[in-house]
Amino acid sequence: MELDAKIPEAPIEDMWNTHKEHMRLVGPRNRPHYKVIVVGTGLAGASAASSMAAMGYHVESFCFQDSPRRAHSIAAQGGINASKDYRNDGDSTYRLFYDTQKGGDYRSREANVWRLAELSTDIIDQAVAQGVPFAREYGGMLANRSFGGVLVERTFYCRGETGQQLLLGACSALANQIHAGGVIMHTRKEMLDVVIIEGRARGIVTRDLVTGALESHAADAVVLASGGYSNVYYLSTNAKGCNVTATWRAHKRGAGFANPCYNQIHPTCIPVSGEYQSKLTLMSESLRNDGRIWVPRQASDKRSPSDIPDAERYYYLEERYPRFGNLVPRDVASRNAKEVCDDGLGVGPSGLGVYLDFKDAIQDKGDDVIGSRYENLFEMYEKITGESPWNTPMRIFPAPHYTMGGLWVDYNLMSNLPGLFAVGEANFSDHGANRLGASSMMQCLADGYFIIPLTIGDYLSRYEYGDVDTSHPAFADAEREAKGRLDRMLSIQGSETVESLHRELGRVMWDHCGIARNAEGLKEAITKIPEIRDRFWNNLRITGSGAQLNQTLEHAGRLADFLEFSELMCRDALARNESAGCHFREEHQTKEGEAKRDDQNFSHVSVWEHQGTDNEPLMHKEPLSFEALPLAQRNYKT
Amino acid sequence: MNFTLRIWRQTDANTDGDLETYKVQDIEPTCSFLEMMDILNERLTERNVEPVAFDSDCREGICGMCSMVINGKPHGPKDGTTTCQLYMRHFEDGDEITIEPWRSAAFPVTRDLIVDRSAFDRIMQAGGYVTVHSGPKPEPNAIPIEPSIAEEALDAACCIGCGACVAACPNGAAMLYTSAKVSHLGLLPQGQPERFERVQKMVHQMEAEGFGSCRNYAECEAACPKEISIKFIGRMNRDFLKSTLILPNNPRGKMDSQ
Ligand SMILES: Cc1cc2nc3c(=O)[nH]c(=O)nc-3n(C[C@H](O)[C@H](O)[C@H](O)COP(=O)(O)OP(=O)(O)OC[C@H]3O[C@@H](n4cnc5c(N)ncnc54)[C@H](O)[C@@H]3O)c2cc1C
Ligand code: FES
Repeated sequence: MELDAKIPEAPIEDMWNTHKEHMRLVGPRNRPHYKVIVVGTGLAGASAASSMAAMGYHVESFCFQDSPRRAHSIAAQGGINASKDYRNDGDSTYRLFYDTQKGGDYRSREANVWRLAELSTDIIDQAVAQGVPFAREYGGMLANRSFGGVLVERTFYCRGETGQQLLLGACSALANQIHAGGVIMHTRKEMLDVVIIEGRARGIVTRDLVTGALESHAADAVVLASGGYSNVYYLSTNAKGCNVTATWRAHKRGAGFANPCYNQIHPTCIPVSGEYQSKLTLMSESLRNDGRIWVPRQASDKRSPSDIPDAERYYYLEERYPRFGNLVPRDVASRNAKEVCDDGLGVGPSGLGVYLDFKDAIQDKGDDVIGSRYENLFEMYEKITGESPWNTPMRIFPAPHYTMGGLWVDYNLMSNLPGLFAVGEANFSDHGANRLGASSMMQCLADGYFIIPLTIGDYLSRYEYGDVDTSHPAFADAEREAKGRLDRMLSIQGSETVESLHRELGRVMWDHCGIARNAEGLKEAITKIPEIRDRFWNNLRITGSGAQLNQTLEHAGRLADFLEFSELMCRDALARNESAGCHFREEHQTKEGEAKRDDQNFSHVSVWEHQGTDNEPLMHKEPLSFEALPLAQRNYKT
Repeated sequence: MNFTLRIWRQTDANTDGDLETYKVQDIEPTCSFLEMMDILNERLTERNVEPVAFDSDCREGICGMCSMVINGKPHGPKDGTTTCQLYMRHFEDGDEITIEPWRSAAFPVTRDLIVDRSAFDRIMQAGGYVTVHSGPKPEPNAIPIEPSIAEEALDAACCIGCGACVAACPNGAAMLYTSAKVSHLGLLPQGQPERFERVQKMVHQMEAEGFGSCRNYAECEAACPKEISIKFIGRMNRDFLKSTLILPNNPRGKMDSQ
């Protein structure tokens, strides 16, 4: 597998401009002849599809929901970063770059991160022009709030619905293009395979989720914007439908999968309430701006929180990290919550929870200020738990939330398979071993609005358009394989349900490849997963047929891919014999219990190559270099 | 808790459906309504009965995917709540609960509790945007926006497009949905150039999709999980009226042909 990151030859601050100036272009008259498939309509997919269509490319866009606007991005709450420096607090491209590199624990590619920081401000301009109603100050200027892991206020927001508003903005541009004929939209269609012809990605195979029909779609390039894989844990903050199918299928066709073990466990989620739990709800991290996190100092203290005096409360983040306090990065906050709960200090019926308390903030700043910031989050919490954060502290616990790993891509966001691109959470590019809050949306939109529309032209310009259609035998082969898989699942007629097997996989992953990992646990997971996989393929029960809307069959197909992918995740976690960001190997920690990197041996991206179902995958390394920002131990204490 | 469920079952758009009765037992009060449906579906699968098809994705009240009429009310008995945000503690032990899909001519049933809401998307495609390409834009702070205006725009823009307004309306009107987008963009400076063209296009599309007309029942506002106000319908009507008075036949004049 050849891994050329294609980082432009130029000083880091000029790289993107130099690259743009030297990129090959497709002229406006030729663009309509080139067809590009975009799988996914979240922030990354909708922005990519609409931008390319506006330039004149012929775009076909796919999502499995009934409308593009319902992609998982809609649920992002807290905000989006941009180094506008409106607060005059010293923000700059460099500082956003620095924060992202450091937050990612120096496991990302500098060139990509710099470009992300550079493009961040354009995203805000673009969104405002679309009519995204960001919060404003009294004078009518854009307002900012701060988010974990940084010392400046650079987060733009629309109450707690920033993702919704940004996605509706991107989807409005998409709607415009659908109307204009630039985009053909396919809803309720799930991509089941990517078709590779002579080494290039030339199309996809989809299943119509209403009729069950399998269909082939040919194109000159394929862009995957299919989101992250947190649902490998069964319980996560992601929407129920989020899955790894698109990227996993691409991987099985030859695309490198990078850093699968890097996944983020978000510290502020509502704790699990029972076995039936179907997903976990995130409470925006912005709550940590004003909420104080604590547990009782004494183990198994069953008093109600209001009866516990201040002196008997352990504000563990404030004590352990005086400089960042409750605003330490997510991985640090999650690990500390797990630790205090492991020590028996956890609260709530399960003991798996910590308090997030607004009492002091309400007292200091008043109901109005706190209400204007968090009203809808408080309401959301009350709706779910029946308790009001105005009167009693919230209970929170970490939950799988975001996956930094994804398809390996070069500087142009193209995978190692020519013509196969990946944008948004589906790629691995910018967040290293840990993503800072409010920076995923930034990356999705930088990828979609500003990067892919240019880099795709550079690729397409090298080829004739439309020289392959679905009559090529590779499409029939891929359809046959997809049908074979579906038929096989339907024919098992065993006794276990998809839900129960998925839950079981989730537990294995949470226990062994969750907040903290060790070699022994990972090896155990690597033996347990194939057992579950075997039961899946021998004892699964799906009712109904494949020629109709069949949600159990959809879920089964996604689980089948998770059951393969999860093993790769564990292998990657095992191979990365260091701690870095969210990947915390218990064997590797500092005296203070912080993640301890091994820069000598692990300053690389781990890129996995599929070697057939029965063989172990092969790992390749993309070495990382640190020129703009020298390596340093991450420290949020002083 | 135990419940008797009467659920609409329908194989596809071309067949007739009917209500079937199911019993579910031992449900925790902290269980959400959709988790109760998951439990039912798992038990049905174990008995080799096809599970009930229903839409959901985010399960936190923002994607607009879930869509059940519960005891005659879209999204059930609680105000300002989507189906996925309902919990079984909101019901009484032993309750009989009737669960049906959205009912509207413009939203045909796809299967069981799932309907086809693509008409909504077509209304949006007709004009629910500011025409703007990706690329460099002016500095946004160059156009200050009063916070109260931004807030009001967001009050409209927070529509999740679920369709409860249509399901609740005795006439099956889509006025609240359409007016929310018209108002969101019409309130902001960025939405001004296309303001009157937009309202015309969206209203015409809404009518073409077969949605009913508004008779001021205000059932839409009561059912809206985001509590979007019907004042936006008034605003849209005013804009529509104005548009018929001031709009030139072709707002781009001769530009298109040059
Ligand atoms: C609760 C929550 C809150 C968050 N808050 C923030 C925040 O405040 N700030 C921030 O920056 N980030 C936040 N994030 C992270 C951010 O929302 C996501 O990382 C981002 O939205 C991912 O966008 P995406 O476009 O890559 O993918 P998604 O939005 O996940 O979209 C995936 C798309 O791919 C489609 N798809 C997937 N597989 C297939 C297939 N096989 N066939 C066809 N279509 C397919 C889906 O239909 C969908 O359209 C949050 C995440 C969560 C879960
Ligand atoms: S499932 Fe998303 S709003 Fe209910």
